[in-house]
Amino acid sequence: MSEKNNVDQKPAPTRAAAAETADAPSTMSRIMRSSVQQIFVFAALVGIYIFFMFAAPNFAQFSIALDIVQQSAYIGVMALGATFVIATGGIDLSSGTGMTLVAVMAGVFLSGEWMNMPLGGGLILVLLVGGALGLANGANIAYLGLPPFIATLATMMVARGLALIISDKASISIKNPGYGWIANGQLIPGVPNAVLFFILLAVVAAVMLNKTLLGRYALAIGSNEEATRLSGVNTKLWKMLVYVVAGVFVAFGAILYSARFGFVQPAEGLGFELNVIAAVVIGGTSLAGGRANILGTVVGALIMETLKKGLLMMGIAQEWQFVVTGIVVIIAVFVDNLRRRRAAAA
Amino acid sequence: MRLLRTAIAASSLLALGLTACTTSTPTETAEPADTTAAETTAAEETTAAEETTAAEETTPAGEGDIPQGNGETIYLVSKGFQHRFWQAVNEGALQAGEDYNYSIEFVGPDDETKVTQQLDQLQTALDGDPIAIGFAALDTGAAEPILQKIEAAGIPMVAFDSGVDSDLPVTTIQTDNAAAAAEAAKHMIELTGGEGQIGVICHDQTSQTGKQRCDGFVDYVKENAPGITVLEPQVAGEVGLAANTAKAMIQANPEIVGIYGTNEAAASGAVQGVTESGVEDLVVIGFDSGKTQMDAVRDGRMAGAITQSPVKMGYETVVAAIKAVNGIEQPEIIDSGFAWYDANNIDDPEIAANLYE
Repeated sequence: MSEKNNVDQKPAPTRAAAAETADAPSTMSRIMRSSVQQIFVFAALVGIYIFFMFAAPNFAQFSIALDIVQQSAYIGVMALGATFVIATGGIDLSSGTGMTLVAVMAGVFLSGEWMNMPLGGGLILVLLVGGALGLANGANIAYLGLPPFIATLATMMVARGLALIISDKASISIKNPGYGWIANGQLIPGVPNAVLFFILLAVVAAVMLNKTLLGRYALAIGSNEEATRLSGVNTKLWKMLVYVVAGVFVAFGAILYSARFGFVQPAEGLGFELNVIAAVVIGGTSLAGGRANILGTVVGALIMETLKKGLLMMGIAQEWQFVVTGIVVIIAVFVDNLRRRRAAAA
Repeated sequence: MRLLRTAIAASSLLALGLTACTTSTPTETAEPADTTAAETTAAEETTAAEETTAAEETTPAGEGDIPQGNGETIYLVSKGFQHRFWQAVNEGALQAGEDYNYSIEFVGPDDETKVTQQLDQLQTALDGDPIAIGFAALDTGAAEPILQKIEAAGIPMVAFDSGVDSDLPVTTIQTDNAAAAAEAAKHMIELTGGEGQIGVICHDQTSQTGKQRCDGFVDYVKENAPGITVLEPQVAGEVGLAANTAKAMIQANPEIVGIYGTNEAAASGAVQGVTESGVEDLVVIGFDSGKTQMDAVRDGRMAGAITQSPVKMGYETVVAAIKAVNGIEQPEIIDSGFAWYDANNIDDPEIAANLYE
């Protein structure tokens, strides 16, 4: 029969399968525990926000808050996918330049000067390109046994090169009617669609992490890959799928980024992956794997963008923005660790 | 056809030379570092004058002070080959080669980080025994040993685009970025009426070019427009970051009347930020060209931008090399010029030759 049945019939079910069959109270307590985890980063976000309300001129407006969500959308969406990767104990260095390559391909598929495809078909191809990048990462890691750092570093370089080659080093404009609407249109008046897509994708990612086999196996692999494999899970396949999912989220990020501007600069993207990883880590997902938090990732992305926006509006030079963001990352992760250790001791 | 192209190129060069000459006049009076400014202006005048001669003598049997060759090779080692800026430099160099009957070899590394590859190319240039070598150094210090060898072989050298830490090149042909930025500032002051706050988005504040494009603008505004407050310059080399930066500037400073971006990404991002903020009558001025920036200039979202003159840079480099071969005296620095373009003149042939998508 199917593989899933095999898993369920094993005498020693995986931790994930155990959670699935567990009774309501334990699910409740699990959700409780994860929301306790989220309180700290959320409090940090609120604290930073309140600070800027007083420190930065004109910061206390609803439109500024919307800006922050809109501007963090592309990093945030890529970070949603990266949360799954990091949950397995892996890392994805290819999201930054991968995003640029996907955006360049969006230009190729959708622009009048190139293939001029209809929007729907073009977008599906764009997502497939993202998935293919993830597939390359996943196959190299799961089946060739390359360390995630190396495999995705290689993809990062390949993607960077391909983006420059395909675009011939010139910026590509994506002048497809409807494409810009994805990010800038306003289904709800006053709210850019990028904000809605960010929220929608975050909900999808949260359901995937907490309610599907993919999420459970990702966490199980991150906790103890060998035990997961011994309990009958095809860990190689699931690990590869996790990278494919991350690649698709990178494609969503690429769409949100390039749709906002209507063009893409092929030399950009290098370094974005570090912002993506920082968002995930600030959000309380452990780089060691086994523990992940989608809401935390969203809040992590918002914290970084709030800092940027607030410091900019205070007129502080960029070099200091780097310093402050770096310090916040250290504080966030340190306090989170401290709290967890205390919780474990109690 | 070829004759027509030659004529167009020559006339465009003439026009550009004149533009460069007129546009940098205010710099002379404004620039605090009079020595360099005066030097550059002087250099410009000479080259512009010579250019006039050159342009008038596109027919072979010219008798000006630039001697005709017999197809001898002049070797140019640039900073890149595929980037459009360097393609335009190459175009100008080939044009000069055609005009004065020299054969031009134009090479460059894969990208602007490949210092050793460029040094290999410089060595290859030396091995080819050309009559002159033009060199745009990626690393101003690293080439010294090979430059010594070139000197020992008796091959005259000129530098272009950026200088070298060495006395060996006869002259350097480069864009005066500070003067070009001051030109952007002049237009900004005119367009905003000299009152209000101005934001500056720099693409890079560590390279010489980046610094000059930033500081040249800020210094000119501070000196010439007491009514304008320049906000703390922000660094944003990516479109997204530049857009967010522009938006934050506008939100925090309601009195803002203009934003200046120092390259395509910074300026295009500024345009996007202004659009998203929904403010009107905010003057955006950019630098360089590129499709998105040119579109924005055409449809009025960007008031205008400064372009360098890569075609002229290539042409002047070859001319300087020819003069060096013939022992003709030259100034230490030759400005290859820049020009302001906006919706009115963007399609003029002399401007369009220097714009690339």
